[in-house]
Amino acid sequence: MTNPADEVLAVRGLGVTTAGGLRLLKDVSFGVRAGERVGMIGESGSGKSLTALSIMGLLPDSARPSGSIRITRPGADRAEEMIGRPESALSRVRGRDVAMVFQEPMTALNPTMRIGRQVAESMLIHGTRPDGRAALAAAVELLDAVGIPDPARAVQAYPHQFSGGQRQRIVLALALANDPALIVCDEPTTALDVTVQARVVNLILRGVAERNAALLFVTHDLALVASACERVLVMYGGRIVESGPVNDVFSRPRHRYTRGLVDASDMRNTDARGRLATIPGTVPAAGRFPIGCVFRNRCVFATSACEETPSWTATGDESGYACFHPVDEPVAERARESA
Amino acid sequence: MTDTDARRAVAGGSASRVKRNRRQWNGSLVVGLVLVAFIVIMALVSFVWTPYDATRVDTTARLVGPSASHWLGTDRFGRDIASQLMVGSRTTLFVGIISVGLAAIIGVPLGIVAGMSGRTTGEFVMRLNDLVLAFPSLLLAIMFAAIFGGSTLVAMIAIGIGSVPSYVRLVRSGTLQVMHTEYVLAARVAGRRAIAIGLRHVLPNVTPLIIVQSSVLFAIAILGEAALSYLGLGTPAPTPSWGRMLQESQTLLFQAPLLAVFPGAAIALAVLAFNMLGDGLRDYLDPQLEDRR
Amino acid sequence: MSQPVRIARRAAIFILTLIASSVVVFGLMAALPGDPARVALGLDATPASVAALRHEFGLDQPLPIRFLEWWRSLVTLDFGQSYVTHADIGSEIADRIPVTLILVGAALIIAMIIAVPMGTVMAVRHRKLSGVVLSAASQIGVAVPTFLAGILLVALFAVGLGWLPANGWTDPDVDFIMFLKQLTLPALALGLVQGAIMARYVRSSILDVQRQDYIRTARAKGLPPSKALVRHGMRNAAIPVVTVLALQLAYLLIGAVVVERVFVIPGLGSLLIDSVSIRDLNVVQDIVMLLVAAVLLINFLVDVLYDVIDPRLRAAT
Repeated sequence: MTNPADEVLAVRGLGVTTAGGLRLLKDVSFGVRAGERVGMIGESGSGKSLTALSIMGLLPDSARPSGSIRITRPGADRAEEMIGRPESALSRVRGRDVAMVFQEPMTALNPTMRIGRQVAESMLIHGTRPDGRAALAAAVELLDAVGIPDPARAVQAYPHQFSGGQRQRIVLALALANDPALIVCDEPTTALDVTVQARVVNLILRGVAERNAALLFVTHDLALVASACERVLVMYGGRIVESGPVNDVFSRPRHRYTRGLVDASDMRNTDARGRLATIPGTVPAAGRFPIGCVFRNRCVFATSACEETPSWTATGDESGYACFHPVDEPVAERARESA
Repeated sequence: MTDTDARRAVAGGSASRVKRNRRQWNGSLVVGLVLVAFIVIMALVSFVWTPYDATRVDTTARLVGPSASHWLGTDRFGRDIASQLMVGSRTTLFVGIISVGLAAIIGVPLGIVAGMSGRTTGEFVMRLNDLVLAFPSLLLAIMFAAIFGGSTLVAMIAIGIGSVPSYVRLVRSGTLQVMHTEYVLAARVAGRRAIAIGLRHVLPNVTPLIIVQSSVLFAIAILGEAALSYLGLGTPAPTPSWGRMLQESQTLLFQAPLLAVFPGAAIALAVLAFNMLGDGLRDYLDPQLEDRR
Repeated sequence: MSQPVRIARRAAIFILTLIASSVVVFGLMAALPGDPARVALGLDATPASVAALRHEFGLDQPLPIRFLEWWRSLVTLDFGQSYVTHADIGSEIADRIPVTLILVGAALIIAMIIAVPMGTVMAVRHRKLSGVVLSAASQIGVAVPTFLAGILLVALFAVGLGWLPANGWTDPDVDFIMFLKQLTLPALALGLVQGAIMARYVRSSILDVQRQDYIRTARAKGLPPSKALVRHGMRNAAIPVVTVLALQLAYLLIGAVVVERVFVIPGLGSLLIDSVSIRDLNVVQDIVMLLVAAVLLINFLVDVLYDVIDPRLRAAT
């Protein structure tokens, strides 16, 4: 889909099934280039977190991935495949070429280990600093860069002495420690106060920009993606249903689900009785999405044609949608309709 | 989808379903139930029939090995082992039921009260609990035996009292959890009385914990009675008791090792049965109910 | 609340509970019907001699005085004489304490040697055959009463194979080899069963830790799963296990009572049982109090230890 030559992350045909045979992810393909900021949006149950975990090779044992995930460090002579490799190979990639920021800052750090040591550990594992002292000094700098006050003392402190926002920054420092080529963030600010969210997002963007790293930002917050990312992938039912530049997708969504999401996010979009727009129905249980188009049981425009899996309609190099009945009108006109 | 949802999705549940996990039959439960049923049936049958009178002394048939006439052999007094085992199962079950029942009747209400009351009452109950905890069951039983003489009743009461703290802690912890849920909060805001909340919200949620704990405590009670009988402080002769059978067998280990094996196996099997039942119930009632200690 | 204050508070609770339990022990014993002096002298003793003996034992004093007097004797370690055997209680207890301590200590070491590796394997391989087999074995281990384990060990190693003595006790400085031989089976009987019990705690603690987010963070850093578990998990898994260790110590102490009977070991436990059989009540009272105090002390020390290990508790209330 994208130019494969300079992709840091190349996901092709990623699928995840459970031991019981449930399909959780199907045919997910996309790429992220160095310095590019790509957002992945979807509701709970869409498969976006699973995708993030698959990229890190951190799926639980009972999940079976298929397809290909290749991570290429710019300047490296070969790519690292993350599917089907033994744990020893994956351990070398994690933390060095790709790093992750998780959703829950309160539990992400070891409560009985000083944070300086936890940050330094990342560098010592991959040998990016010669010894413990150098690693600790680098940790102090990293903590300073993410805005932890008094970093020289902070390195001796324990996680419980920090707030949620601060802990998330420490996790970010951890992720950035070895200058990874790809950073994956899975709902990094969902658990934080709104006032703190913006700061953490800015720190992430700055950290990524300084290293010209690729960023995959997984979230359910459309506004966040709109402000922080260049491109967006819309996930539903374990598939990518639409993708493209952020502005295009949000102002002129083609897939009916994306349209529903955008409408629902628009606070001014109320009907004659003042109710906000919603997508009818609820997200089906994991792995139990309809055959064919995964959205068809909630889509008012669905027809019998939708019992077949819609193929991808490309609207550009890196954009497209998978829908038999895409939206033709832009968003602005829809607001004038009454329910 | 959060990561936990992802994990749960992989594990087979739905991310959107909150409480109510499927009740799943499992191996532990089946084996436990079968074994317990076996023991119960043995005890019930013993009321109606045993191969021989368990207390009947037969000097002509001392230390007979397993044979057609005496399926498991006889002891030094010629008493039939199989019959003793069967009648002994009555004692085992009886002690379990009474001591666990006693502990539950005292401990569960105390635990609920401790969980629902204010700070001071809760603290007071817990301190009282700690006091009882200072006396391990066996020690209590030994003390009681010294004062009142050894008997099954003494054993039951002592083990029962010793098991109370276990219930109090468990029920209190479960109650506290329920009290902090939003629907209880809503009920309290709506002005529901404490008793109503207790019966309607706390009890149903705490009941699975109680059931599982009871099974485990039953197993502990069996061990306790056996130990006491072994020490001569439990069920007195001539009433058959597995523990005392073991004690009597010890001097004859050389001549008749089987005399120790049969009652020993019976005790171990009974304890195993209730432990497995407890584990199985725990998995059945709520697979996410992890070890609460 | 700072650490010294927390420790002081726990110490206060410890002492209060100690006093309260002594009241319970004393109350139960004193409420006993019957007259120890008459029991000691026999049925045909004259009322005068009974009264004299009662006076000698201090039994004619009011209860609170007797209680305080008892406390005084405990604290000054002057336990007095047994009503029945007239032996000096203090020296008897002093002789027997080391024996019980050695037994319990050896059993604890055996239990830990078994529990930690076994529990770890059970946790790390809990879905594979080795884990399941060990889990089953630990289930059986938990179901076996200590005295049964003792008897079976005797049947196998002493009677059957003749490798080790079936009972008895020798002081280590009299004959060290014999001492070791006689210690082996009883320590094994106590330790094996406790080991099985503790292994299950170790397993559940490690399984708990394995699911924690910080282990996942460690793996995301590039640590292989085993190293992630060891470096980040062990200290966290150890915390609940240490607290359980304390409880187990208390159970070991009580289990020793039974084991001493099985193997005829002259420890505190067998003195207790013997005294119960001959209704030697003030000895029973003293030993029970000693054991209760030991249990409470262990719990108190573990609370303090827990406080020290877990940094989260240091700053929190």
